[in-house]
Amino acid sequence: MADERIPFATRAESTVLGADEIILNMGPQHPSTHGVLRVKLRLDGEKVIGSECVIGYLHRGVEKIAEHRSYQQFAPYVDRMDYVAAVSNGLGYCEAVEKLLGTEAPLRARVIRTILTELQRIASHLFWLGTHALDIGALTPLFYCLREREEILKIYEKYCGARLTTHAFRIGGLQYEAYDEFEKDVERFCTPFDKRVDEYEALLTENRIWVGRTRGIGVLTAKEAIDYGASGPVIRASGVKWDIRKAMPYAAYDLYKFEIPTGQNGDTYDRYIVRLEEMRQSRLICLQAIENIPAGPIMGKVGKVLKPPPGEVYHAIEAPKGELGYYIVSDGTTQPYRVRIRPPSLINLEAFDKMIRGHLVADVVAVIGTLDIVLGEVDR
Amino acid sequence: MHTLIEFAKPILVPLICAVVIVAVLPLVAGYIVLLERKLMADMQARLGPMRVGPHGLLQPIADAVKLLLKEDIIPEEADKAIFWVAPLISVTVAMLAMAALAIGPWFQIADLNIGLLFVMGIGALGIFGIVLGGWSSNSHYSLLGALRSAAQLVSYETAAGMAIVGGLLLAGTLSTREIIQTQDDYGVWFIFAAPVGFFIYAVASIAETNRAPFDLPEAESELVAGYMTEYSGFRWALYFLAEYTNMVVVASIATTLFLGGWLRPFAGTKAFDFLDYLPSLLMLVFAGYCFYRVPKQPVKIQQAVLAAVGLLLILLAGILAAPLLVPAGSLVADAKAGLHGAFWFLLKVGLYLYVFMWLRFTFPRYRFDQLMHLGWQFLVPLSIVNVMGIGLALVLHRQWGWGHLPAFGLTTVLTLAVAGWLAWAGEKKEKQRAIVGEEA
Repeated sequence: MADERIPFATRAESTVLGADEIILNMGPQHPSTHGVLRVKLRLDGEKVIGSECVIGYLHRGVEKIAEHRSYQQFAPYVDRMDYVAAVSNGLGYCEAVEKLLGTEAPLRARVIRTILTELQRIASHLFWLGTHALDIGALTPLFYCLREREEILKIYEKYCGARLTTHAFRIGGLQYEAYDEFEKDVERFCTPFDKRVDEYEALLTENRIWVGRTRGIGVLTAKEAIDYGASGPVIRASGVKWDIRKAMPYAAYDLYKFEIPTGQNGDTYDRYIVRLEEMRQSRLICLQAIENIPAGPIMGKVGKVLKPPPGEVYHAIEAPKGELGYYIVSDGTTQPYRVRIRPPSLINLEAFDKMIRGHLVADVVAVIGTLDIVLGEVDR
Repeated sequence: MHTLIEFAKPILVPLICAVVIVAVLPLVAGYIVLLERKLMADMQARLGPMRVGPHGLLQPIADAVKLLLKEDIIPEEADKAIFWVAPLISVTVAMLAMAALAIGPWFQIADLNIGLLFVMGIGALGIFGIVLGGWSSNSHYSLLGALRSAAQLVSYETAAGMAIVGGLLLAGTLSTREIIQTQDDYGVWFIFAAPVGFFIYAVASIAETNRAPFDLPEAESELVAGYMTEYSGFRWALYFLAEYTNMVVVASIATTLFLGGWLRPFAGTKAFDFLDYLPSLLMLVFAGYCFYRVPKQPVKIQQAVLAAVGLLLILLAGILAAPLLVPAGSLVADAKAGLHGAFWFLLKVGLYLYVFMWLRFTFPRYRFDQLMHLGWQFLVPLSIVNVMGIGLALVLHRQWGWGHLPAFGLTTVLTLAVAGWLAWAGEKKEKQRAIVGEEA
């Protein structure tokens, strides 16, 4: 178990009392590593003096599979990466291929995509909030969060028949027209939703125990966050106003007004606050979007067989967890020559050791939770 | 014959009580678990166990059978003898502690003159079961859980003990029976004389029983299941039983010392005698609800079970009402003290446990260092101040002739002021620590 090759902390900064350190394997089967993450912890008593994340238990070779599928065939695979936010994954991939083809989806399709993606952001954040609170020991918020997430999943089910791995979008636009009650359903969910967020806040935000457990834990300064390439709520909580929806607008985000919430301290508490505020902002985007969904076609003019011209493209979107990028190289055939995916979870997870060192075992779960990782995406 | 009964009575009655406790407590613990799951479900917008029996009423029995039938796994590397004995220690001492507690004036195994001291002492032995179990499992999670548990229990035992001392000063005796008698004589429960002491005991007792928000030894999200990680089947069930028995024990101590034990609210006031009918009325209401729900059960057998529960409740209502309806002097009328005493005692224990559960569903978990801070830097000093405050109040009352209200009011305000100061100082220190931490 004690592997000498592990690039752990040096001996000098280790145990205070000169006692032997314990190496604790957290995971891959552990209730709160959110899947099959394995964390090797070096402990001095309960203090973490070094850590290493061992990943790859869920590796399915998604990038390699892409090289043997046509462009359309690969689209459902990306849903299986971040399975908590499948719609966002699909959006990133479809837009990347559209960029490669040199086309753009019609405005109506883009607006509907925006609504569904923002709902997905809310769903993903809700799931994060519930499990994160559960890790820290608050049992109840999980069920309130799942209650609301269920509403969103119902909208997906009505729209495309699937709830989790939806494959909602097609390259060039949408396959399905929005169903009759679509706007009404979205509105019915969004209108009372900020009250629901208030409910979660009532349980947690000013709870002394919650604040004690999260404030000052897993601090990432702005510079460190940039150096690690962190993105999404993780970097925003460190005070960097970086949101691809604003920086490089895609879909229909340039049509709507919304704020980018940021934190100052870059600790677990700030990331919590930032994500809650993002849910409120996503709600506002949805409400703006359903007010006026433009008429028109939902599918652009792309052929049945996609043969993008040789070349390469990088397209990134702001997935719920951060910058989700697709780098696609085409050699002019029907199958991509190479697809490289930049998963936000993996890049954010790299900061884990920096964030946890010096904290206690109990904080490990708080930090894993606050990074909001999905192992399907980390391992691909 | 009569002399024989008289001769055997001192032995027989405690023996029967002991058998009842050992036989009934596991069942009660099972139903406390069911109640907890139901309450949790209610607060979390779901239904909870619904499958086994109507509204899951038979769930605890199904759980017990499942646990009995499970394969008994002892890890290869474990210290087998200790692994085998550890849960037994836990559950035995938990049940032993029940020996000195009086559930109503009739139901008590032994009226020890050192009553509460015995309960506290025996209760503290339970830690052996946890530490030995964690150590013998030969697993990191178990060891960490056991160590946490030991540290936590030792810390909070201090605070709880000091809080109890406050109550004992008021009672002037350690015997559980006499403590309640004193409260009857005073005409006021000790929670009103020493509210701060009750608060300290409540917090410390949650920590002592390893319940959320102090459930670090078995923090699922961190240590899988703490000291119980390697246990399965019936041995695990024994730990579980010990935990819930301990809950009942601490709730009983709190009830005895602070909540007036088996006394009815306003026990000494004639005007409130109508409260005597409350127990039967409550049972009738529950029975009525059961009958109301009967037609809504989907399966015949569930309807039958629910109706049976309703009938049982009506029977209980009858038993509780009988002593009030017959003329005084007969044996049935004399049973009032025992029956109603048990009812009020169990009701108070139940309410105390309800608060335990409520806290569990609401709060996140403390971190270990925060737990120690709260214990040693807030609760322990406060409990000492509380003892001094109660002493002062007694001096004011007994020697200077102050009334109850001004004496205890003054000291409670003083103690609360100290509590505020402690909290403020702790906060300040925490901030300083954070600043130092940033520089370093």
